[in-house]
Amino acid sequence: MPAFWLRVALCLYGVGLIYALASLWGGRQVLTRITMPAVGLGMTFHFVALLENAMLSHTWAPSSMHELESLLAFLMMILFFAIYARYKATAPGLAVFPLVFLLTASAAFGATPADHGLPLFVSPQWVYMHVALILFGYSALLFSFIASILYLLQERTLKAKNTSSFWSRLPALATIDEIGYKCLIWGFPFMTLGLIAGSILAEARFGSKYFADPKVLLSILMWVVYTVLLYTRWSAGWRGRRAAYMATFAFAVAVVAWAANNLSQTHRFIGP
Amino acid sequence: MNFHLIGVNHHTAPLELRERLAVSEERLPDVVSTLVKQPGVDEGMVLSTCNRVEVLTSTRQGADLRGFLRSYFGLGNDEDDKLDSHVYEFEKREAVRHVFRVASSLDSMVVGEPQILGQVKEAYAVARGLGAVHSALDALLSRAFAVAKRVRSETAIGSSTVSIASVAVELAEKIFGSLENKTVFLLGAGKMAELAARHLMARGAGKVMICNRTYERALELAESFGGQAVPFDRMHQFTDHADIILTSMGATEPVFRKEHGEALLRVRKNRPVFFIDIAVPRNVAPEVNKVDGLFVYDVDDLQSIASKNTAERKREAERAEKIIDLEVDRFASRMKSLEVVPTILSLQEYCETIRQAEIDRIRGRLGQISPDQEAAIEAMSRAIINKLLHTPITTLKSSAAHPEAATIHEMIRRIFNLSGGKQD
Repeated sequence: MPAFWLRVALCLYGVGLIYALASLWGGRQVLTRITMPAVGLGMTFHFVALLENAMLSHTWAPSSMHELESLLAFLMMILFFAIYARYKATAPGLAVFPLVFLLTASAAFGATPADHGLPLFVSPQWVYMHVALILFGYSALLFSFIASILYLLQERTLKAKNTSSFWSRLPALATIDEIGYKCLIWGFPFMTLGLIAGSILAEARFGSKYFADPKVLLSILMWVVYTVLLYTRWSAGWRGRRAAYMATFAFAVAVVAWAANNLSQTHRFIGP
Repeated sequence: MNFHLIGVNHHTAPLELRERLAVSEERLPDVVSTLVKQPGVDEGMVLSTCNRVEVLTSTRQGADLRGFLRSYFGLGNDEDDKLDSHVYEFEKREAVRHVFRVASSLDSMVVGEPQILGQVKEAYAVARGLGAVHSALDALLSRAFAVAKRVRSETAIGSSTVSIASVAVELAEKIFGSLENKTVFLLGAGKMAELAARHLMARGAGKVMICNRTYERALELAESFGGQAVPFDRMHQFTDHADIILTSMGATEPVFRKEHGEALLRVRKNRPVFFIDIAVPRNVAPEVNKVDGLFVYDVDDLQSIASKNTAERKREAERAEKIIDLEVDRFASRMKSLEVVPTILSLQEYCETIRQAEIDRIRGRLGQISPDQEAAIEAMSRAIINKLLHTPITTLKSSAAHPEAATIHEMIRRIFNLSGGKQD
């Protein structure tokens, strides 16, 4: 994977990382002004890197773990800016910037020569769709998780009546709540369609036995937890502590499902 | 050129005097036009708000602004003494500082309140429209607006609220974001509750319900808000519609306990409720605040936030004063560097006259010359002058901010015999 533009993007994301860390220590007047343009520019270079990679490998489908990380980071940035455009909220950046930085760093420096030219067993468009949909679902889940943590922090701050603490500068409780909820709702169809696309791919390759794979089972569990999370929020309006517990659980399952790749016989990020 | 300011404000003058001097919007153009006709006054503007009346001028020689105030506002002799003891007058640097402080809201009754900048801008626009403001006041005022903006963005002077009612509104916005479509329920219809409700309405709260022991008072208040009066015995039936519950009832026992709160949340599908409890003894039991999604602030909580904010404003005001110090220095040195401009101009003019005279003189002796030769003579003579003047001009410019500026300035004028034309 051509790493030059990705490394440029990484440097710019570094500004976001510093912003997130500096925010926790207080003073950040100057940083606030340069962070958004910096990460926005970083995202542009990131896109260039993705584009260049796609042209070199003649396919959009990611062919290594690192490319996947890069794509996930990019989608997270898209979601971040979508939320910023709608709510003028930079607070998710506190968690998103460090994560994006780590993912991009791993992609930029762990880059291995990709196995270009290996024949894919199904049409790459399908693979790409599956990956993009699932990654978008992951990003949405992650944002919802971040929002529920921020909600909890803001709720604690308001209850403690401590208006001068750092966390009191977070967006209004209702705004954070809406961000979390909207992310869940928007992420759900992506996750669902992504899983369906994956099942179709696996069915075509392995027949029905794919179903017993740990990765597949964990993915289904993740989907169920996601659905429950959405349902409790929608029907009972779970917020605050309970919602944060649920979101944490859902996120943990998602991470395990992601990591379960190492155990899986059928699922490979790299084409066989 | 000199800035000269005279005025009264809430610190220095009682309301009666401020009333005498206050200028209504309609009368403002007349005051300004009269002001700039005063002897010695080059430019002028008048700022009149409920807390201050100020006359700002740029003058050549001293102008009698006190006399202007006396004659324009027809103050009698006994009021003269009054005026003298209540008025403040600033010149030059101090006038600049005062204008900066006023525009940045450091001289306001509530330090950091944002309206004053708009009022200064308006007064400036009026004077400008009348042609009463040119270069000097223009430079001063546009710098003052920039300074005010800088103070606002670099300090937190205007960011915290200092009254109980506005603290309550700010907290409500921290919980609900926008207050639009939010319902406020007043339990008890005292003056404080009414004031807080008005603040909430001003920020967009959609609906008000009022419940009071005397139903008539509830009706009366509901009418003034365009809200709904709720009979006292049906109070709890209406609470689940309310996002913000403002309690101020005289009761010895809490009206809302934990179980009420939990029931409320069930009905409301966990949508948060904000209790503002300004009753003493409290109407809302403190445990209610422990329930997820319920937020209770009593009068002490609000008061302590308000006073913390007041203290913070004081700290921020100190930081703002430092910014103003810097800006006054910067502005003063800029004005100084403008002072040498007339000298530079007359120096150039003086040399140009000599050059022209010499060229005219020599042309007769040279007889017929080609256009090329003429151009060469022009170019050469210009080059000599520019090279000779280069050092004096750069010295003048660069020395403007230094203490020896006046000496250098004077010396150059004397060496080149630049009498007259000195504009100050």
